[in-house]
Amino acid sequence: MQFTAEFRDAALVHKGIEEIRRTVTRPWTLMEICGGQTHALLNTGLDEMLPPEIELVHGPGCPVCVTSLELIDKALAIAAQPNVIFTSYGDMLRVPGSHEDLFSLRARGAQVRVVYSPLDAVRIARENPDHQVVFFAIGFETTAPANAASLLQAHALGLKNYSLLVSHVCVPPAMHAILGSPTCRVQGFLAAGHVCAVMGYQEYLPIAEQYRVPMSVTGFEPLDLVQGILLTVRQLEAGTHEVQNAYSRAVTLQGNLGAQAIISRVFQPCDRNWRGIGPIPMSGWGLRPEWAAYDAEQRFSVAHIQTQESPICIAGQILQGLKKPPQCPAFGQQCTPETPLGATMVSSEGACAAYYRYGRSR
Amino acid sequence: MGHGSGGRMSHDLIQRVFSAAFSNPALNQANDSARLTLPSGRIAVSTDCHIVAPLFFPGGDIGRLAVCGTVNDVAMSGAVPLYLTAGFILEEGLPIAVLERVVASMQAAAQEAGIQIVAGDTKVVEKGKADGLFITTAGVGWLPEGRQIGGELAAAGDQVLLSGPVGQHGMAVLAARGELGFQAEITSDVAPLNGLIQELLAAAPHTHVLRDPTRGGLATTLNEIAVQSQVSIRIDETAVPILPTVRTVCEMLGFDPLYVANEGKLIAIVPPEELPAALSALRAHPYGAQAAHIGTVQSQDPGRVLLRTQIGGTRLLDKLAGEMLPRIC
Repeated sequence: MQFTAEFRDAALVHKGIEEIRRTVTRPWTLMEICGGQTHALLNTGLDEMLPPEIELVHGPGCPVCVTSLELIDKALAIAAQPNVIFTSYGDMLRVPGSHEDLFSLRARGAQVRVVYSPLDAVRIARENPDHQVVFFAIGFETTAPANAASLLQAHALGLKNYSLLVSHVCVPPAMHAILGSPTCRVQGFLAAGHVCAVMGYQEYLPIAEQYRVPMSVTGFEPLDLVQGILLTVRQLEAGTHEVQNAYSRAVTLQGNLGAQAIISRVFQPCDRNWRGIGPIPMSGWGLRPEWAAYDAEQRFSVAHIQTQESPICIAGQILQGLKKPPQCPAFGQQCTPETPLGATMVSSEGACAAYYRYGRSR
Repeated sequence: MGHGSGGRMSHDLIQRVFSAAFSNPALNQANDSARLTLPSGRIAVSTDCHIVAPLFFPGGDIGRLAVCGTVNDVAMSGAVPLYLTAGFILEEGLPIAVLERVVASMQAAAQEAGIQIVAGDTKVVEKGKADGLFITTAGVGWLPEGRQIGGELAAAGDQVLLSGPVGQHGMAVLAARGELGFQAEITSDVAPLNGLIQELLAAAPHTHVLRDPTRGGLATTLNEIAVQSQVSIRIDETAVPILPTVRTVCEMLGFDPLYVANEGKLIAIVPPEELPAALSALRAHPYGAQAAHIGTVQSQDPGRVLLRTQIGGTRLLDKLAGEMLPRIC
């Protein structure tokens, strides 16, 4: 494909890996923030081509994985109600709640629809005025502008039957949580390119300074990943801790100001519970009070949800880079994509799903 | 609703729509069963149910799909497909004109494949109890003496061929549903492959495996062969042909074309000495013009398919788990 083929060029990738090999003198542990990067590393086999000194641990940047069990149970409770059309990105349908997933609910007759964009959900609301249409607004900073725009569009259209079940999370608070933990192993970060395309990377500068940890804003093609790793390793070897941009074709320091304006019109920071990790203060976005009418949690009474997480699943430790999927006793045994115990095994960005799918059982 | 009752209205429907299109001596006997003549020896039999929404899509329709699907399943055993039967379940309210278009398309596909549709049945169900039209076909083919082709026969050293670009059918149908929010010029590859197979087997008579990578796509079918034959299959990602439009749409939606359904492609696994002849034979036929040599069969890691990626890494190419879903971002 044009504009991506260049970033998959085998010769250039090999040249980059050679450069990393020449630069590295001792072991370093890097975390790629985004699950899309984890999948790209394994999908291309890049993980096994890097010099052995470089260990990549996988970060929390899988929105499906960190969406709290409580919210998934709320989604299930809303979707099960008569007269509701529940819309979601496809990834969420297989994610296990306490007792079932949205797929099984759909099989029993609930109206659960996969949409490619939240604006499709608005269209469904317009076409079905006698139904309540709910969109599961999950994701990091990347999906927030489109999700916010859907609310503004519904508002402009005067739709009374559209609401959002919001579970937005933000990267910087999660980085603080990881770096502030006494068990933290991460020495350098590959920051998530898509998130930075929206937010820029200004907010990462104080994190790099506070924890003296270098990072590179990194894209998703093999050459992007190699470049991000190379820049971070060079800093580690030199003992510097700056934020460098290895994804300049998509990311600027300031980010997408228009998208940020839409986000702040609709959302405001709030505390968020991360699946497997726990509560992180001011780590997410919720609807601003003036948009309460579009809040599905208020529109449907789903306040009293009891959740039950699998006691075996170690997804939380995996999402913090403390463990890797094959270290879980359930990996590939009780827990497979067909019978997942945690969201990391079913999401297209989940680390466990990547290890299982691409045959990395070590 | 009266069209399914077995009375005069059913008779009219059969005469008007089916007999007119499918006319052949066996069908025209109008008995409870068709009496057929087969060459002596073994026969191959296959049956398949066909449902697709929408009924018509770029490159084909449910009728062509129903004929080609079963012709191909019979042909993949190395048999020469001869006869087909067809069962129709119609949802009440389906316009007769739609049925006529589908039946005409079936006859065209049957003619192209050189087979006869010799028996059929029709039932009508109440509105809402079916999605327009379902078609079940069964096929019979003759297996020439000594022909040994099967998913369990891949052997270490064999070479893997693919008859053309993958992912067209699945993406064409998805695009035809109009839910993607953008237009994509993708045509289904649905086609009868018995002619192509005949050419291939004339050139490479010791072909070990023939399979059509339909649902689950190339990756899933290769996995089935690896398990059946207890071998590993190593595929070179850069050798697998994929049309640029299919690749682009798949990238946008987060689909992997190696898992997308095909209806007019085959995988052939041949002994190494027959590789050049097999590849030339495939490429000489219109349905194999873009055929490629995509991999090899090995004895280590039995049951696994390994992909050499475009940047030279190696990873497992697993079978598809569940339904393919568009990703979030």
